[in-house]
Amino acid sequence: MADYTYTLLIPLIPLFVFVLLGLTGHKMKPVVSGLIGTSGLGISAILAYATAFKYFWTGHAAGTAYTSIKAFEVSWLHLTDKLTIHLGALIDPISVMMLVVITTVSLMVHIYSIGYMKGDPGFYRFFSFLSLFSFSMLGLILATNIFQMYIFWELVGVSSFLLIGYYYEKPSAVAASKKAFIVTRFADLGFLIGILMLSFNTGTFDFQTLTDPHGPAIASVGGAAFMGMSVLTWSLIFIFVGGAGKSAMFPFHIWLPDAMEGPTPVYALAAPDALHVVAWVGGFSSIFAAVIACTQTDIKRVLAFSTMSQIGYMMLALGVSGFGGEDGLGFMASNFHLFTHAMFKALLFLGAGAVIHAVHSNEITDMGGLRKHLPITHITFLIACLTIAGIPPFSGFFSKDEILAAAFHSNKFLFAIEYIVAGLTAFYMFRLYYGIFWGKNTHYHHTPHEAPRVMTIPLMILAFGSIFAGFLPFHNLVTSDGKGFESHIDWMIAIPSVLIGVIGIVIATIMYKKPTAIPDKMAGTFRNLYKWAHRKFYMDEVYLYVTRKIIFRYISVPIAWFDRHIVDGTMNGIAGMTVWAAFAVKGLQSGKLQQYAFVFVGGTVVLVLIFVYLV
Amino acid sequence: MIQNIPLSYYLVISTLMFFIGIYGFLTRRNLITMLMSVELILNSVNINFVAFNRYLYPQQLQGHFFMLIVIAVAAAEAAVAIAIIINIYRNFKSIDVENVDEMKY
Repeated sequence: MADYTYTLLIPLIPLFVFVLLGLTGHKMKPVVSGLIGTSGLGISAILAYATAFKYFWTGHAAGTAYTSIKAFEVSWLHLTDKLTIHLGALIDPISVMMLVVITTVSLMVHIYSIGYMKGDPGFYRFFSFLSLFSFSMLGLILATNIFQMYIFWELVGVSSFLLIGYYYEKPSAVAASKKAFIVTRFADLGFLIGILMLSFNTGTFDFQTLTDPHGPAIASVGGAAFMGMSVLTWSLIFIFVGGAGKSAMFPFHIWLPDAMEGPTPVYALAAPDALHVVAWVGGFSSIFAAVIACTQTDIKRVLAFSTMSQIGYMMLALGVSGFGGEDGLGFMASNFHLFTHAMFKALLFLGAGAVIHAVHSNEITDMGGLRKHLPITHITFLIACLTIAGIPPFSGFFSKDEILAAAFHSNKFLFAIEYIVAGLTAFYMFRLYYGIFWGKNTHYHHTPHEAPRVMTIPLMILAFGSIFAGFLPFHNLVTSDGKGFESHIDWMIAIPSVLIGVIGIVIATIMYKKPTAIPDKMAGTFRNLYKWAHRKFYMDEVYLYVTRKIIFRYISVPIAWFDRHIVDGTMNGIAGMTVWAAFAVKGLQSGKLQQYAFVFVGGTVVLVLIFVYLV
Repeated sequence: MIQNIPLSYYLVISTLMFFIGIYGFLTRRNLITMLMSVELILNSVNINFVAFNRYLYPQQLQGHFFMLIVIAVAAAEAAVAIAIIINIYRNFKSIDVENVDEMKY
């Protein structure tokens, strides 16, 4: 058992950077604050790589299962002997993998942001928020118990709120940050209820106890029933609601596309934040989002819906997964896809940022023919598109294949959805690609120029990751029970999926490579579908209708009336009565000494008379 | 000789003095006169103390001692009262109680 206490530094360094920049950043030169943020994250990343290397290779005897190690733990809040909340760091295959993913992506985002945010007055503020975000994510994945996870979960919510609302002088950004905050708040409520139910019934917050399938914790809740389902099922559903909200699953997805108000590099960081179960929600979300993504024109929105769709994919894989050995294929596939997706989606977002930086617009209609102006961005973006479309030998092919295989072994209907989504993904990604880099030769006010070196280098590094991440022996590293198993590419599944991807790309090429009338004709033929998808299936409107017309009118308005008239009325009434009584009696306090004395004597006389004659 | 005067004589005198004092306190406007009225009230009480002591417990002296305490307290009170009156005079250029009614609502 090796010593991993130093992993504590991985989240603590960003925290320190956040405090430092937050308190003293305004006195620094922008470049200095950027360098501090970046180098802090760089140290974290190096530590994370060292941890991963030690955990998976040098500190690990070949052929044995990976164990989870509590590197550090303190009792943070000692309420009672049974109810104690710990803070600490747990090292297991997933957390080590996520450490690598998050520090890598975050480091790339930091480097990239030095270029992207150049000249922005809030430069240091952006970097301190980024550090806070990294800290929360790292704390989240290192959590030893479910309550610590909840704490960092909320911190992630706060820091995304801060980053989305970064341009706080823009009303739309403020509205979007509020929307993100409120929607995720509802989901977090579900998460909290789930945690409380689970820990109330098991008597522990600790992950190691909770996740042991043969341990007493699971057995004790399995029996207790509530409304026809076991308490365990209920609490897991609530926790899933929380996970769905944070990672923008249906029906909590509405905040994500609007959240595009924030500075672009943030999304590269926010993308790999999915954790929990339920295949159907995942499958539905993936196809739902993929259809919407085909019609959007704001490139960041396309990427946001694509993220939603890919997270749906991972959810689906988790949902169909069993536990242990070959049954855990879905679990492994989901994590594998999360890993590769983090790479290529970060690449896509950063590439989109570079494009926006050059064109000063988010709309695909304002772009076209950029391949000559932005050669590096063009190549890296193309790599990312090929990866997400699942074309071999890019990494997306491998992870997608594992997910498809997992779905194939459990549910043929979900498997079919996966194929459709794979085709749609290829289609909309290449629609985006051709729309930006090919298509019509738009006239620009000033010639777009390639992004500076600090922005293109992260793109190149991530492109490298996107190409080669697929060759990692994931099935030996991150599995549900820590034991590796043999996995091979099932060509019966892989070949059709590649073909579907290629078909999607070919259709997109025909429709969008050169400006043609086909897209408009298609939109005309399927006018209703197009309109529905373009308006995101009216989900925003449904939410607005529910909040404005139902919640506001039938709940908020009566409550407001009650508050204004009954609660405030009672208080105002008491205050008014006091004032009235005071005016009524204030004449008694005349300040005239002899008047007081007269009343005093008169009172005494009356009392004497009463006592003498009546008592 | 003194034994022949009944207790009621003393009580009538002291009651008269008491109500004269009350009347003076309530009607006079001059603060000094009001202070004198208060002294009248106190002295009527003193007469009661001494008279009751003499007629009810001739062997004991508590009533006399209490009278002495009241006189001492009255002296102290008179000193404080006069000090207050002097300050009022300095502030209001008058010792008319009608003018001193600032302490109101």
